[in-house]
Amino acid sequence: MSATLEEILAQALQQLRDAQDLNQLDLVRVHYLGKKGLFTLQMKELGALGPEQRRAAGQVINQAKDQFQQQLEAKKGLLQNAALEARLASEGIDVTQPGRGQTVAGLHPVTTTLRRISKIFASVGFQVVEGPEIEDDYHNFEALNIPAHHPARAMHDTFYFDAHTVLRTHTSPVQIRVMESEKPPLKVIAPGRVYRCDSDITHTPMFHQVEGFLVDTDVSFADLKGVVYEFLRAFFEKDIQVRFRPSYFPFTEPSAEVDIECVMCGGQGCRVCSHTGWLEVMGCGMIHPEVFKAVNIDSETYSGFAFGMGVERLAMLRYGINDLRLFFENDLKFLEQFK
Amino acid sequence: MQISEAWLREYVNPAITTEQLVEQLTMAGLEVDSVTPAAAVFSGVVVGEVVAMEQHPDADRLKVCQVAVGEAEPLQIVCGASNVRVGLRIPAALIGAVLPGDFKIKKSKLRGVESYGMLCSEKELGLAADANGLMELAADAPVGVDIRDYLSLNDNIIEVDLTPNRADCLSVEGIAREVAVLNKMDWSATQVEKSAVSHADTLIVSVEATDACPRYLGRLIKGVNPKAETPLWMQERLRRSGVRSLSAVVDVTNYVLIELGQPLHAFDAAKLSGSINVRYAKTDESIVLLNGQTIKLDNETLVIADDNQALALAGVMGGSESAVSDDTQDVFLECAFFIPQSIAGKARNYGLHTDSSHRFERGVDPTLQERAIERATQLIIDIAGGSVGAITEVTTASTLPQRSAVLLRKLRLEKTLSINLADEQVVDIFQRLGMSVQTQPDSWSVTPPGCRFDIAIEADLIEEVARIVGYNNLPNSSLLMRSELGKATEAVLDLDRVKDLLVDRGYQEAITYSFVDEDIQQVVAPDDDVIRLKNPISSDLSVMRTTLWCGLLKAALHNTNRQQNRVRFFETGLRFVNKDDNMQQQKMLSGLALGSAYSEQWGVATRKVDFFDVKADMQALFSLTGAAVQFVQAKHHALHPGQTAEILSQQGDKIGWLGMLHPTLEKQLGFDTQVFLFELDQDLLLNKQIPKFKPLSKYPSVRRDIALIVKEEVAVSEIINCIKGCAEQTLQDIVVFDIYRGKGVEEGSKSVALSLVIQDFSQTLTDSEIDAIFSGLLETLTTKISAKLRD
Repeated sequence: MSATLEEILAQALQQLRDAQDLNQLDLVRVHYLGKKGLFTLQMKELGALGPEQRRAAGQVINQAKDQFQQQLEAKKGLLQNAALEARLASEGIDVTQPGRGQTVAGLHPVTTTLRRISKIFASVGFQVVEGPEIEDDYHNFEALNIPAHHPARAMHDTFYFDAHTVLRTHTSPVQIRVMESEKPPLKVIAPGRVYRCDSDITHTPMFHQVEGFLVDTDVSFADLKGVVYEFLRAFFEKDIQVRFRPSYFPFTEPSAEVDIECVMCGGQGCRVCSHTGWLEVMGCGMIHPEVFKAVNIDSETYSGFAFGMGVERLAMLRYGINDLRLFFENDLKFLEQFK
Repeated sequence: MQISEAWLREYVNPAITTEQLVEQLTMAGLEVDSVTPAAAVFSGVVVGEVVAMEQHPDADRLKVCQVAVGEAEPLQIVCGASNVRVGLRIPAALIGAVLPGDFKIKKSKLRGVESYGMLCSEKELGLAADANGLMELAADAPVGVDIRDYLSLNDNIIEVDLTPNRADCLSVEGIAREVAVLNKMDWSATQVEKSAVSHADTLIVSVEATDACPRYLGRLIKGVNPKAETPLWMQERLRRSGVRSLSAVVDVTNYVLIELGQPLHAFDAAKLSGSINVRYAKTDESIVLLNGQTIKLDNETLVIADDNQALALAGVMGGSESAVSDDTQDVFLECAFFIPQSIAGKARNYGLHTDSSHRFERGVDPTLQERAIERATQLIIDIAGGSVGAITEVTTASTLPQRSAVLLRKLRLEKTLSINLADEQVVDIFQRLGMSVQTQPDSWSVTPPGCRFDIAIEADLIEEVARIVGYNNLPNSSLLMRSELGKATEAVLDLDRVKDLLVDRGYQEAITYSFVDEDIQQVVAPDDDVIRLKNPISSDLSVMRTTLWCGLLKAALHNTNRQQNRVRFFETGLRFVNKDDNMQQQKMLSGLALGSAYSEQWGVATRKVDFFDVKADMQALFSLTGAAVQFVQAKHHALHPGQTAEILSQQGDKIGWLGMLHPTLEKQLGFDTQVFLFELDQDLLLNKQIPKFKPLSKYPSVRRDIALIVKEEVAVSEIINCIKGCAEQTLQDIVVFDIYRGKGVEEGSKSVALSLVIQDFSQTLTDSEIDAIFSGLLETLTTKISAKLRD
């Protein structure tokens, strides 16, 4: 009997060694350990023996079974590993192939620039306000101390709908609209489209401005200088030189133009700055008493400053864009550069 | 305004370089646009005199000249100019001279005769673009002196871009005053002597329009030499100021304009009849101007007239009939002050802009006229001779601008500029600017000079102080401002979020012009009442857009014409439409998609974008606000009748449109593929629901799938609305997962497969409860939309 058991064991172990995959291995397991398995049958045959013999024979069978089972588990581990290896090998991909699905587009560089400007001013409590683009003569000119026939009107090539209705030539009318409806203190920026009847290499009939103004008690020219200075440094993320030059706007007094050190050449002089080393980036000044008068704010109690800047100009300087007209051609090859 | 630096420095000559001077002017608000040398670079050219001349033995057109150049012996120079003659003084380039263009003068032989230099024309010295022969110098030009010194050619032309408020600087004297203030130097204006009157004739001057012309001075100068030549120094100064030399009398008036800032006009007295009248033009009166232009005048236009007709457009331009000419001997000189408002806009209305109108509309010093007419008289007599008549002056004191004193409070100055200045410094600044100052306790009373039209209020004086001290020498303060907590409005979605979503879904932001081609506008939205520009920049930008589609379609074409076959754009901005005689401006969000649904890639089969791709993008937008919207089959002129949805809010507000560009328009506009468009009202779109919490059920949910056969006409939304209409409390979600037509489904019908998720809040639903719910729903579907359960 034990010889038979030995034979069975030898055969079983051989079959384990021969098993090629987990299915075959399972068949082997069933063949020896299943309900009708050879080892199971051996155990069943023990019933015919006396107790002493049964224990001895049982021990022998159990040893053989244990040996088989150990080998079975080991083989199973091997085969499982092999199967996993095979799966992993078969599932390999070329990770350098491009991903699948929708691609991401981008914002217009004017929007990106506006967002940055708004973010900088919002951080110190400026509110963003918008105004109409078809504007009346009063808000675009009169209330800003630019009466009819004022020579400053020649500075604005205005689009007209009728004698009293224009496309706004600047975002300054928003200043008037806000001051008409709200009481100081005011801290506002007003971004938007503006229009001038002018079109050449450096002018488009539509462009964007950001108007900003602050009205409170005791606002001084020093505050204006401080805000403009800090803003320009924040915008260009650079410790650039800034200078203020006296200028003229009917709605501010004193008025100033603001130049920054040329960001293209670092102030050395180049084509972009006409070899001056400086770039004009915005106009500003203290709000004119006549403007306060037009909106019924007492200029003895309140003072304020206002500034205005061209968004395309700032975007051009920031990103090195060399042609203003590209902004409105909407060529994807251009726009896609500004994700 | 363009001036000669050397001329300026005759008035005030600070010890600073040109660069420093220019920087000073710019930083004082007189922005210098450019500095250019008055003459090209050349050297070795002196004043020469032709002392003898012979015909060249072998060349008809050449002369052999002996030219005195201040050396012991004259030089022999061969010359071919037609105007060369004995006694003429000319620029002579010596051996070793270098002329403009790096042209070196060497000893040479011309047809066998030695020549030791070259006689020059203005062109050869780079002083003029063209020349007829040699440059003729004055008979008293000092022989042997370097021509650059003689003509003061080592000079720069400074171009100043003046702001409209600084009319006082539209003259050399005006700029000299500024330079003197900035350098704290003294200066004095040109000394003008009164000319002795030498004849008794005058013209009668009457001023009808005293409101527009408070002061008019006229004077007859008789017997001037019409052939008199303008001296070279004056020609040169005019040239450097950008004015062409014409004739002695006209040159003098232009010279005084640049020197003092006062426009003058010279009439040919022989062509005047009767008296001079300053009046408004009569209706239908017309005039031929100096430039040949004939203009019809209106009765708001100020003119200078004689007894017969209008002679000149006051303060703008003279007429050609009364102009001085080559044979004018008697001159009537006009020197007036016109009120800026009466000249402003007039020149522009007639399409004119002159040095005179530029100054009058900005403001000429009303106290300057006598000095200016005397200065001009003096120069005319010096150059062209003549006898001087008395000045006829008509002044209306009541309309003459008065400079009133402006009060500047010390405290206000300090508060506005955040700076303390010594009283003496403030007073010094004002006095140097020509203002008279009265010091009072804690304030100054400052009266500006006649030339300063821009000083009327306290802020103007503060600006003057700031300007002279230098903006960059004033302090900067850090932001010390009252701050309030910001707002965080939740019921309005931030437009930036919407833009970001579209960008993330592959739409590129575009910005197109608000005015568009009327042709495209007509094609896309023929029923909208457009708002038309009165003065469009071009005919293809002549009307305001009533839909952003106009610009987007054009932008898309720009790209499809450049080998882009997949375009997705969106734009935000206003649309403009006339409604009930009101110009309405409505904030919109619009978009366009054409080409493949996904950019070309290996992993997704290429297919064209369709309605439902774009609808998914719209639904994504609305999911940001949580708004329930309906897409309703509708018709829109620009869109495919079978693929158009109007988007309505739950309350029925019209949010916008989504659809395919009508195939006819697609072709007409030049597309070769389907184009999908959407346009949404921003205010309605951004209307956000503030989320409201609903408790979660603890019990399991059950999903059941049903397939319904309905007639083709039954819209999917009807099925869904029908199910929702049952108000089944346990219903959580409905998903349409398949729509099938074809085998097994009767023609004219479709199968819509839905999965419904139900869940109860108080119990786990049993099979029989679920069955009951579904049979209830089916019953309603059958009655309401004749839906049948698919077998």
